Amino acid sequence: MITLDNLTKIFDTDRGVVSAADHINMEVPQGEICVLLGPSGCGKTTTLKMVNRIITPTSGRVLINGKDTSEQDTVSLRRSIGYVIQQIGLFPNMTIEENISIVPKLIGWDKSRYLKRASELLEMVAMDPAIFLKRYPNELSGGQQQRIGVIRALAADPPVMLMDEPFGAIDPINREVIQDEFLKLHRELKKTVMFVSHDIDEAVKMADRIAIFKEGKLIQYDTPDDILSHPINDFVKGFVGRDRALKRLQLVTVAEVLETESSVVTAEDSLATALQRMTDAGYERAIIVVDGDGRPVGYVSRSVATTTKGNCGQHSYNLRTLVRPEDDLRTVASKMFTHDATWLPCVSEHGKLMGVVTQRGITHHLGATYKSSRAKEQSLQHVRVAP
Amino acid sequence: MEILDFVLTNLDLLGKLTLEHIALVVVAVGLATLTGVPIGIAITQNERVATVVLYVASILITIPSIALFGIMIPILSTIGHGIGYLPAVIAVLLYSQLPIIRNTYTAIHNVSPGLREAARGIGMTSGQRLQKVEIPLSVPLIMAGVRTAVVMNIGVMAIAAYIGAGGLGVLISRGISQSDPRQLVVGAIAVSLLAIIADRSLLLLQRKLTPRGL
Repeated sequence: MITLDNLTKIFDTDRGVVSAADHINMEVPQGEICVLLGPSGCGKTTTLKMVNRIITPTSGRVLINGKDTSEQDTVSLRRSIGYVIQQIGLFPNMTIEENISIVPKLIGWDKSRYLKRASELLEMVAMDPAIFLKRYPNELSGGQQQRIGVIRALAADPPVMLMDEPFGAIDPINREVIQDEFLKLHRELKKTVMFVSHDIDEAVKMADRIAIFKEGKLIQYDTPDDILSHPINDFVKGFVGRDRALKRLQLVTVAEVLETESSVVTAEDSLATALQRMTDAGYERAIIVVDGDGRPVGYVSRSVATTTKGNCGQHSYNLRTLVRPEDDLRTVASKMFTHDATWLPCVSEHGKLMGVVTQRGITHHLGATYKSSRAKEQSLQHVRVAP
Repeated sequence: MEILDFVLTNLDLLGKLTLEHIALVVVAVGLATLTGVPIGIAITQNERVATVVLYVASILITIPSIALFGIMIPILSTIGHGIGYLPAVIAVLLYSQLPIIRNTYTAIHNVSPGLREAARGIGMTSGQRLQKVEIPLSVPLIMAGVRTAVVMNIGVMAIAAYIGAGGLGVLISRGISQSDPRQLVVGAIAVSLLAIIADRSLLLLQRKLTPRGL
């Protein structure tokens, strides 16, 4: 856990006194990723660098797991915090193995232990130790170098990690991959991470919490969903972008908007039964056909059911695509657009039908939070105009 | 032909003078490296001091060697070494300071800020940063400074023959005083060859000392 308590940094510059960080109070809970977000010069990097005392605070305190960092020896404090920077900072005169082993060596691990750790870490980011351990940084691509940068920070297993725009210098395709890899690592290792970014998409993707900074002040500190659905002021609103409702799609999973009370038919049922069930359940367009194990095999449309006679098996259409409960709504919306569908069936890992996702359901879910916030705003305005 | 004859008949003398010359330069530049590198590193800590030190070193190098020897004669006479080995070594030591200090200072100063910050953030002490990162990365440039000093001072050392320090300059000074072009030419060519060979071999050494991966 990282706690910032009235953390302040004032720089004396040629243009006068500048407060780069102004009484920052926040807490990053154990095992979470907190993204510090804001335009350049907003104080996010200064705040991050005060945690490992690369920048000394003017006033205020930083506590790591309740311990005041200013009371610890700076060198050993830094060795207990993983540090990843945008410039990567691999030492070109050392092999990959030596680069990864720096901190374990500094804190006195024995040789066999840190060598084993280096191989282990390389495998975690899918790089073959046999190939890479003895290479030098200039023999690696930018993406590979930054992976080494990340695992170097993890080498001595620090509870806390600081990352200063770690993926900023990597091309967009590699950035996506390395972000996914980092999230996977994080799910296993559960470090407490403070992460500086200026990219709202990266923040929404990586963060458990987002802290938005402006001119040295912490403006809003909330979960990505709350930041996107309830931006606290026009600055945050502008910063997260006009498509913030769309950005929220990737934060919501199918499971959250799933309509589970699905009425279904089997292949042997008659079309008349299908029509009856559609009417009973209020389905306007179609009903899903399942097999004996509850797996969806097709659907019968209302127009066919009203005009034709026979059983469902003969008159069903194939399902164009399926979704899983853990898929995010961005994926689902994309599939809906691709297949020109207004609903998609959702199946479990055994292929059993769990329910359907509908466009209406998604819109409703996203709209609900906005409606409640608008109601709140209106009631506030009402209070203000009242005498 | 005459020159070749002279070389062949005087091989012993030529060898002795060359060794003397090398010994003088090696001792002087060696001492200069031992002093210049630490000074170069030390002045990276303070820009004002760095400016002053580099300025003084630049002034030293502009003093003509003959003048420098002249100045040293009365000073070193007080300890009985007004001429000979000691003033020659001191002169070369002083001349070598500028290339060595300046190259060391520039090399350490130019280590990229990203690497500096990584080293700091990882928890290296300032000593560890120097030893493991800054000095290894500076080796090529520091060695280039040493090479410049050696090549330059092989020439300066030739003049030290006039104060009785020995070396290949002896042939040149004799050639001039005895109006003997053979000695003059052989001395001059030997000094040039020595400079070229020293530069080449130090380049090899520099490549060997440069960490892989740079």
